[in-house]
Amino acid sequence: MSVRTNTRRLWSSLLCCATALAQNSRAFGQETPSLQHTHEHVAASEEVSSEAAHVPPAPPEHPIHAMPYREMAKMMQMDDTEPLGRVLLDQLEWRHTDQGQAALWEGEGWYGGDYNKLWVRSEGERVGGSTEDARVELLWDRIMTRWYSLQVGGREDFGNGPPRTWAALGVQGLAPYWFDLEATFYVGEQGRTAARLKAEYELLITQRLILQPEAEANLYGKSDPARRVGSGLSDFDVGLRLRYEIRRELAPYIGVAWTRRVGASGALVRAEEGSASDVQFIAGLRVWF
Amino acid sequence: MVGARHLRWATAGNPHPVLSGTEFDLEIGGLPVNFTGTPRMATVVNGQLPAPVLRWREGDTVTLRVSNRLPVPTSIHWHGVIVPADMDGVPGISFKGIDPGETYVYRFRVNQSGTYWYHSHSRFQEQTGLYGPLIIEPRGGERHEVARDYTVLLSDWSDLDPEHIYRLLKVKSNYFNFHERTVGDFFRDAHTEGLRQAFDDRAMWGNMRMDPTDLADVSGYAYTYLMNGTTPTGNWTGRFERGEKVRLRFINGSSMTYFDVRIPGLKLRVVAADGQDVEPVTVDEFRIGIAEVLDVIVEPSDDRAYTIFAQSIDRTGYARGTLAPRVGMEAEVPQLDPRALLTMADMGMAHDMGAMPGMQHGDMHDMAAMPGMQHGDMHAMGPAARHAPAEYGPTVDSIAMAPQSRLDDPGVGLRNNGRRVLTYADLHTLGGPIDHREASRDIELHLTGHMERYIWSFNGQKFSEAEPLRFNYGERLRLVLVNDNMMNHPIHLHGMWGEVQSEQGEFLLRKHTITVQPGQRLAYWVTADALGHWAYHCHVLYHMEAGMFREVIVERMGQKGARP
Repeated sequence: MSVRTNTRRLWSSLLCCATALAQNSRAFGQETPSLQHTHEHVAASEEVSSEAAHVPPAPPEHPIHAMPYREMAKMMQMDDTEPLGRVLLDQLEWRHTDQGQAALWEGEGWYGGDYNKLWVRSEGERVGGSTEDARVELLWDRIMTRWYSLQVGGREDFGNGPPRTWAALGVQGLAPYWFDLEATFYVGEQGRTAARLKAEYELLITQRLILQPEAEANLYGKSDPARRVGSGLSDFDVGLRLRYEIRRELAPYIGVAWTRRVGASGALVRAEEGSASDVQFIAGLRVWF
Repeated sequence: MVGARHLRWATAGNPHPVLSGTEFDLEIGGLPVNFTGTPRMATVVNGQLPAPVLRWREGDTVTLRVSNRLPVPTSIHWHGVIVPADMDGVPGISFKGIDPGETYVYRFRVNQSGTYWYHSHSRFQEQTGLYGPLIIEPRGGERHEVARDYTVLLSDWSDLDPEHIYRLLKVKSNYFNFHERTVGDFFRDAHTEGLRQAFDDRAMWGNMRMDPTDLADVSGYAYTYLMNGTTPTGNWTGRFERGEKVRLRFINGSSMTYFDVRIPGLKLRVVAADGQDVEPVTVDEFRIGIAEVLDVIVEPSDDRAYTIFAQSIDRTGYARGTLAPRVGMEAEVPQLDPRALLTMADMGMAHDMGAMPGMQHGDMHDMAAMPGMQHGDMHAMGPAARHAPAEYGPTVDSIAMAPQSRLDDPGVGLRNNGRRVLTYADLHTLGGPIDHREASRDIELHLTGHMERYIWSFNGQKFSEAEPLRFNYGERLRLVLVNDNMMNHPIHLHGMWGEVQSEQGEFLLRKHTITVQPGQRLAYWVTADALGHWAYHCHVLYHMEAGMFREVIVERMGQKGARP
C-alpha cells in the first residue's frame, strides 16, 4: 500500500472488507506518516462530509520527554497526592458541674494525603486551675474500606494522678445513616487495657442550626485507683449540643451533658465526692481551620 | 480604587474585544477586579476578563505568542481545536508550560471551524479568569446567515482563593451546600408523602451515606456567576433589531458549574454543538456542561428586551444578560427553579428498586439478577455493570449497578419541567462521523469518586495511580463511560473527537467534551489519528485536581512500550 494512499479510499475499502479491518488498520497506522497532507488534499475537494473535513493533527515536532509522575505533577502544578491538614476543636466548653465551673476541650488535627494521615486527638478537663483527667493521642490513620480507617499509635494520659502511656489500635469511620464512630483499644504498662467508644450524629434543624447528640464511654481492664479508675465500664458522657454555624468554621453552642462514673470507678468517685453522676449545662465553641 | 479599571467589564453593552488575523500576542498577567464589592486579583489575558475573543479562519496557519507576566508558570489550551500534541498546551503532557517571563510560540494550521474556547491548563488559573472565546470562520462561509453574532461565555467567579476552595472541599466536601435536608423537610415530606415513605427515603440515602441534595460541589455561596465577565447586576446586553437573526455562541467556561439556560419568550434553535454543525433543533432550554459549547440562533420578533437566564444546576444563583433593541432595556428575570433532588435513576438503579429495604450499597454489583425487577427495565439497562477491583476499595463511595443510556434524559432538575429541554438524543452532527469503521475494541472507564473524602478517579484509580491509556495509531476504538457517581462529569479528550453513539449504536454527534450524567452509561467512538501524548480528564476543575485525569498515548503499534 502506497504512502500516498488516499485515506478516505482506504476507509471505504475497509467498510467493504470488514474482515480485513484489523490488518488494514495496522497498515494505516504504520504506513501513512504524511497523513496530514493526504487529508488536506481531501479537505480541498468538493466533499462536505465530516470524514473529508476532519484533518488529523501532524505528529508533534517537539514532543516532551517521558517523565515519572512526580516530575509531571510538578510541571502540571496538579498533584492528587498533595497532603493537606485540618484542625478541629470540636468542643471548647464550659460546664457547670457539681464541683463548680469546669473547662473542657476535645479536638483533633490531621495532616496527610488521601490514604495516610498523621492524626492527633486530645481531650481533657480543667477544674479550679488544675488539669484533671486529660489525654493526647498520636495516631497513624490509614483508610481501609469505603467508610472506615484504621488507626494505630499511642496515647498519653496526664493531669490528675500519675501519667499513663498506652499503645492504641482503633477504627474510625462513618456508619450507615451518617453516624460518626470511633472505637479504640489500648494496651498500657503493667498489663493495663482500655477501650474508648464514641458515636455522634448531626441533625439539621436548619442549614446552620445543628443539633448534635454524642455519646462516649471508657472501659478499663483493671483498676487504677491512683487515677480513680475502676475496672469494667468506667464512665460515660452523653451530650446534646445545639450549635449555630455563623460560618462553617465557627459555631457557638449550648448544650447539656449527663456524665456518670459507674462500676468500680463510680465507687471510687462516690467515696471522694459523694456523687458519681452529674447533669451539666454547657456553653462552648466549635472551631475548625 | 483598584476596582475602577475593571468596571468597564461590568458595564452593559460593551462589545467584547475581538482579535483576528493570523498573528496574536497574548500576555497573561494579573488584573485587579471587583465583582462583589471586594477587590481581588484575577488571572487574565491582555488585561481582559474574559480573555479577548480570538477569530481565526479555517485553513490559516496561526501564530500565537503567549507571554507570561505572572509570578507562576502558565499555559493556554485551545479547547476543542485539533492541533499537534506539542501545541495543545497541557504542561507535563504537551510541553513544559510557560515559566514566568517566558514566551511560548504556538503555531499550527487551523483545519476546522466553529465555536471553541481557550483557557489555562495550569493549576487553578481557569477559576480566576483565564478563559476566552475562540471562533473559527469556515472557509466556505457560515452555514447560517445571521445579522448579529455574540459569544455568551458563562463562568463562575469566587472571591475565595481557589486553593482555599479546593482545601475546603477536601476537608469538608459539603462545605458549600446549604440545601441539605433538614428536620423540617422530613416533617413536610411525612405530611405530603406519609411518614413511612419519608422515613424509608431517609433510610435509603442514609444507608448509602449519600446526599440527594449533592448537585454541585461549589455553590452560589462562593460563586458569582458571570456572563461575558459581567455580573447579573451588570447585565451584559447584546443589541438586536426586531426580526433579525441573532447567533449566540454559548460557552461554559466555568470551573465547577453546570448551567441551565433559557431566554423566556424566545425559541432556541440549536445549530452547532462543540463547534460541530448539527441538524437544527428548536428547544426552550438547554443544560450546558462545563467546557461544552452550543451555538444557538434566536429571532426576536418583538421590540422588547429578553433575558438570557443561566441558572446554576443547584439553583443557588444565575448568570444573566439581556438581548435588547436598545442598551439599558431590561426584561423580567425569572425566579430560580425549585431545587431538585437526585433520584434512583441518578444512582444508576432502575426506578422500582427505590423501595428495596435494607439494601447495602456495597452489594449492588451482585444484584443484576435482582428479583422483582421489571422486565421492561432490564431492556433499558443494557448489560449489568462490571466494576474494576479498585472500585471496591476505600476511594470509591458508590457504583452504578444498572447504569442506563438515558441520552434523552434532560437530567436532574429539568425533567418534566413543562419546557422543551435539549438532550444529546436531539443532536445530530451534520455530515456523519469522521470515520465509518466499526470500533476494533472497547475501552470501558468508570467515573468514580468518594464524595466524603473528595477523591476522584477513573476506575477507582487516581491519576497518580494509573498507567496511561494507550491507543494504537490509526485505530478506531470505542470508549464506554459508566458514571458510577452521583454527579455530572464533563469528560474531555484532548486531540481527538468523541463521536457519541445513540442507544441503537448509530452515530449521533461529535463532541470534544461529553457529559456523562449520574448513573449513565455512554459510549463514543474515537479515531486515534493524533500521535503523541494527550490529556483525558473530567473538566470539573477540582475533580481533575483530585485525580480524575488520565494520560492518553497514541503510538504506532509495535513501538516501544506499546501494549498488544
